[in-house]
Amino acid sequence: MDIKAKIVDEEGLRRTITRLAHEIIEKNKGSKNIVLIGMRTRGEFIAERIKNKIKEIDNYEPPFGVLDVTLYRDDFRTRLKQPEVSVTNITFDINEKDVILIDDVLYTGRTARAALDAIMDLGRPNTIQLCVLVDRGHREMPIKADFVGKNIPTSINEEIKVKLKEIDGEDSIYLVNAPNNKE
Amino acid sequence: MSLSSRHLLGLYGVPKEDIQLILDTATTFREVLERPIKKVPTLQGKTIVNLFYENSTRTRISFELAQKRLSADTVNFSTSTSSAKKGESFKDTVRNIEAMKVDMIVVRHQSAGVPYFLTRISKANIINAGDGLHEHPTQALLDMYSIREKFGTLKGLNVCIVGDIAHSRVAMSNIFGLKTMGANVSVCGPSTMIPFGIEDLGVKVCKNIDEAIKNNDVLNVLRIQLERDAGSRIPSVREYHNFFGITSERLEKNNKNILILHPGPINRGVELSSEVADGPYQIILDQVTNGVAVRMAVLYLLGTMN
Repeated sequence: MDIKAKIVDEEGLRRTITRLAHEIIEKNKGSKNIVLIGMRTRGEFIAERIKNKIKEIDNYEPPFGVLDVTLYRDDFRTRLKQPEVSVTNITFDINEKDVILIDDVLYTGRTARAALDAIMDLGRPNTIQLCVLVDRGHREMPIKADFVGKNIPTSINEEIKVKLKEIDGEDSIYLVNAPNNKE
Repeated sequence: MSLSSRHLLGLYGVPKEDIQLILDTATTFREVLERPIKKVPTLQGKTIVNLFYENSTRTRISFELAQKRLSADTVNFSTSTSSAKKGESFKDTVRNIEAMKVDMIVVRHQSAGVPYFLTRISKANIINAGDGLHEHPTQALLDMYSIREKFGTLKGLNVCIVGDIAHSRVAMSNIFGLKTMGANVSVCGPSTMIPFGIEDLGVKVCKNIDEAIKNNDVLNVLRIQLERDAGSRIPSVREYHNFFGITSERLEKNNKNILILHPGPINRGVELSSEVADGPYQIILDQVTNGVAVRMAVLYLLGTMN
């Protein structure tokens, strides 16, 4: 990892997640009708943290599930590596609910597009709102996040690496130099 | 991670990592089958031909459903409704289908080796859906998936394949696959139905069904294939049932924790008593459901390979 800058540290990440939880509750006038869906891999853990924070603030634990969008991707033919699929785990009903879709980085918007398709196959929610930890720009789809932790404008040759304790052993967000592989 | 071959012709020589990947990927598709909309757009734009030269109900429907649930375009071919009846050679039929730009071919044929032959005359990914007495890899994969679902692992499990081993491509694929995954495999059946030299595959032979039940965690019970001349190898189906049929009395006497698999279709009262076929020991219908998931996994892994 060729680090250019550490943008957010552990304390900063904690504050960002707290703010996102507050914003979600405020926009939805409480948390009773929301369900949280984290996108594998890092979105899952961010969603879980937001869920815990919402419980702290609003004294209610919204249902929480994990979504794998591999099967809905549009880049099978152009990728060099075959994407590995993992299981989607959404055990609750999403009909008439306000779905908060949570991911670590918003970039081209293609993953969010795939997630929208996947969610629509699971039911008919009231609304789907997108929450991301980092928006790094360079959208290729007309997709905008409802909740953004950090806006970090990047060059196309840079990448954002979100590190989480659950899988990486640390909580931080880095700006790194990257090879030209679009996620 | 991707499979090491672009075809699935059999399980002989298929590395453990490949089998593991297929079984793990099938878990994902098992979840898709539980959704309200059991369909994902993964293989959109891919065309798959089901080339069935031999009768089949569940394998063909299972493959077709798996393909449709991955959003592939499917074409079905069966000999009874095709120009094969007019005497067109297999090679010419395949060349014509190939010219229609297909991406994958699922083939079942009464002759062993046909799927391998297809890889030489076609650019498509080839999946063997049963070739003669040779192999039936997706059946073995779904058996392994179903066993793993119950026990959590295949390593160290004692699995006995019971019945007409000599006429069974399911048995062959199961032996290769289970051995690769570290299971202890044995076969049980009348001597006339146990192929000579099967021990060379690392398989134990058991002649007594009560012992087989006592010493194993899983029995994979095969159909007596009367259409393949199996009748000439046993005095009568009634006698077969008396000596090798699985009944609930036998299971309760010898091993109450055993798991019974059967690839179907069942000859009720021959391999299994009706009580066992519908009873708590068997997972025959789970196997059918898992079959769709496993075939989706195979199609996904081969169809998205670059």
